[in-house]
Amino acid sequence: MSSSVPSPESDKSRKYDRQIRLWGDHGQNLLENSQICLINANALGTEILKGLALPGIGSFTIIDQNLVTEEDIGSNFFLEQSSLGKSRAKCATQFLQELNPDVNGESIDENVDNIIANNSDFFQNFSVVVACALNEKSLIKLSNLLWDLNIPLISCKTVGFIGTARIQLKEYCVIETHPDNKHHDLRLEEPFDSLKEHCEKIELGSKVPWLVILFKHLEAYKVKYNKIPQTYKEKSELRTMIRDSMSADEENFEEAIKAVNSSFGGGKPNSVLQEILNDNACINLTKNSPPFWIMVRALKDFIENEGKGYLPLPGIIPDMTAETSLYINLQNVYRAKALQDADIVFRRVQELLEELNKSCDWITEKDVRLFCREAAYIAIIRGSKISDEYEKGSNTATIASELENIDSLMGHYVVLRSQDRFITEHGCMPGEIQVDIDTARVKSQASKLLNDWGINISLNDDLIHEICRYGGSEIHSVSAFLGGAIAHEIIKIVTRQYKSLDNTIIYDGINSQCATFKF
Amino acid sequence: MVETDLSKKWNYLRKILERSGPFDTEAFTPSSDTLDFLHNTCKILVIGAGGLGCELLKDLAMMGFKNIDVIDMDTIELSNLNRQFLFRRKDIGKSKAETAAEFINKRIPGTKVTPHFCKIQDYDESFYRQFHIVVSGLDSIVARRWINGMLISLVRLEEDGTVDQSSVIPMIDGGTEGFKGNARVIFPTLNACIDCNLDLFPPQISYPLCTIANTPRLPEHCIEYVKIIQWDKENPFKCALDGDDPEHVSWVYEKAQERANIYNITGLSYRLVQGVLKNIIPAVSSTNAVIAAVCATEVFKIATSCYEALNNYFVFNDIDGIYTYKFEAEKNPKCLACSTVPRMISINNPSSMTLQDLIDYLCTNVEFQMKSPGITTMINGKNKTLYMSTVKSIEEQTRSNLTLSLHELNLSDGQELIIADATNPNSIVVKLKFTDNEVEMY
Repeated sequence: MSSSVPSPESDKSRKYDRQIRLWGDHGQNLLENSQICLINANALGTEILKGLALPGIGSFTIIDQNLVTEEDIGSNFFLEQSSLGKSRAKCATQFLQELNPDVNGESIDENVDNIIANNSDFFQNFSVVVACALNEKSLIKLSNLLWDLNIPLISCKTVGFIGTARIQLKEYCVIETHPDNKHHDLRLEEPFDSLKEHCEKIELGSKVPWLVILFKHLEAYKVKYNKIPQTYKEKSELRTMIRDSMSADEENFEEAIKAVNSSFGGGKPNSVLQEILNDNACINLTKNSPPFWIMVRALKDFIENEGKGYLPLPGIIPDMTAETSLYINLQNVYRAKALQDADIVFRRVQELLEELNKSCDWITEKDVRLFCREAAYIAIIRGSKISDEYEKGSNTATIASELENIDSLMGHYVVLRSQDRFITEHGCMPGEIQVDIDTARVKSQASKLLNDWGINISLNDDLIHEICRYGGSEIHSVSAFLGGAIAHEIIKIVTRQYKSLDNTIIYDGINSQCATFKF
Repeated sequence: MVETDLSKKWNYLRKILERSGPFDTEAFTPSSDTLDFLHNTCKILVIGAGGLGCELLKDLAMMGFKNIDVIDMDTIELSNLNRQFLFRRKDIGKSKAETAAEFINKRIPGTKVTPHFCKIQDYDESFYRQFHIVVSGLDSIVARRWINGMLISLVRLEEDGTVDQSSVIPMIDGGTEGFKGNARVIFPTLNACIDCNLDLFPPQISYPLCTIANTPRLPEHCIEYVKIIQWDKENPFKCALDGDDPEHVSWVYEKAQERANIYNITGLSYRLVQGVLKNIIPAVSSTNAVIAAVCATEVFKIATSCYEALNNYFVFNDIDGIYTYKFEAEKNPKCLACSTVPRMISINNPSSMTLQDLIDYLCTNVEFQMKSPGITTMINGKNKTLYMSTVKSIEEQTRSNLTLSLHELNLSDGQELIIADATNPNSIVVKLKFTDNEVEMY
């Protein structure tokens, strides 16, 4: 996992500065090596690629055998009047490529079904495949093909003010999830030896970091009550103890009092992590196990042995009012312990690599340090096949219970699926010409669909009527919303940072709201 | 370029505008007149041609709006190119507004985007009054508050005191930071405005001066020290510090690193130095695309009445999956900008509180958050300027007032102060309320 980091003064680094501050040089490197395939360059498709070409993906390939229509020009920013009647793939590729000379664009004027049927290796090298407004039959074939190749697929479409996206991922493992409110893991309840020694040497005063003040009072509390304060009343008692020992208005003591509420409870795996540690992929490593699972296994072994139930220490403390050297020394105590823990995990990783007959530099010390720092927040997302959702119906119990709720956007999901069936049956969009007749037809598709799923609830007709009013229209701002959101999901997948959508979003532009569901 | 006759180009919008549906508002009538209104009559002002502005111009032009003005005082930089997609490398140094307008007018013939390469403060009421809707994509809270104040001042009242609806110019405001963003719909004086809920903006990070000078602990503290203290002392380039000048940034980096070494502080990087010096907010194309799209959708709803507009605040975050939320921000009856009731400030120690203390209060209090308030009042029937920092000669004349107490300035209970600040194009009136008992005895 070596990567070249350009100097921050380099041209590329300056151009991408505002985003490298979010996903780092390592994230940018992964992005620049990604290859994205888009099927159908409608407005939604080009908006997605815009959101990927700008931050600098490696390359994109557009598959589209359509010729540019007037309606395309009225809804798609990456076509212009002179594009009329020409290959949509070619025209869109040209305009998208102008966004960023670092990105390679290719176009293929072919029917995607031919590629799926005759050249299935074609998809092998893509990082992600996105299919916009693809018909049911082709989507099902593509879903099966990409599931077997283990390549993420996103299926999406908008019609009028409604849009949806569905991600198909076999397994997505994330080390850097960037949670919004990271809890500092300080180990005050069961302090490690070097922290104890450090704190015991320090005398309290106005220049001491609150962490040391809290440590000393917590120790005193433990002696007095023989436990850790847990209830509100017990914590109040600890706060009173701190306040009583304060000689004047001292900021650091005030900070210690405030910190009573938020400083305990870190360091033990939560239920999400526990589930990952107990996962079969962790317990039974094979020679095909990816680095993530090898590190998870080393983590599990650490927690159960050297860690005595605790995670490796992240070694990060918040800023606090204190004299510089007292703060820095304390910071160094945490950092030294974190390095020590990470070193044990790294050695365990090396043993595992040897057992699995893998090269020992497959996972570096740097990888393990990052992993240990983030260990409390790692995540895995396991998805399901779109083809199963379409052919077998998945999660019908959730669909049924959501439909009982009048505010749920599950009704939109059912209507969009009914529209898909209509298109398959009639070969056109509902409402293109006749709204009333098609409304009745989509209604009967919806009834059939619900019947197939064993759901005995009838849908609100209004939404079906509205979908038919749209008559297959693609509204630019609706596709721009969904396109931006999907571009970011793809960035998450290729940078392996942040938790991706799992696995379906419905956007209702009429009421400016979204809902997510898992199928 | 002239729009050649593509009769089916707007067919998708026509399906919305010329057909009826079950979710239409009562005000909506299917007709070809609506598209004609978007094309030929409706005038939109886009404020900012940056990350959100570029997206807004594209979205609005693609939604059938043909008369759009865009205002932005900035020029194009290399670090804009990762998201401000109407700009190319060859455009670096050019006006954002002009370059963006030219791009849109060329790509979508028939659209007339008119650029204004200047500050929003350079124009007065007569300019802002000509628009049907204002959309803002700004990175400055002060500028947001200023345009908010401007649109409020355009609202006229009928003789019976009710609002003349035709004078209300809706404002759609978008904002982004990293993977988070928000969009809101403001009908000036009718619902919550920017100043009604200033607490919705994230607080600015600042470090206490004594920490920076005496007990630095973070690399940021070292950078701030060089920026605030060392630069002025050593004045290495005989000019003000410029965060865009690589030589300046390198000097600060070097000095901050020296200071960090003395204190054993780790983690300083060139990127961090740039970030602190320029107060850089991380930005990515996808969030701007999402928020601008929400804003443009709302502009379309308001201009066509096809659906009810967002009421009134939309939040977006895609760090963990995709999360959205909407709520109704409440109008603040004591709002500085949109309420007509003079704002009270309670003073319990007018004989010890100085004018400087009052100014500090106006700058730090969460409901005022002013920048450099200038204060005038009436004493014995005469206008008197107590302090004003924006005009040098007046600043020199009034500086001595800063250390005087409110009593010494002859201000009394119930005194009305007229305060001018960069956060509003109009002055606001604040009433002092002395709660001190001895005052009531006078």
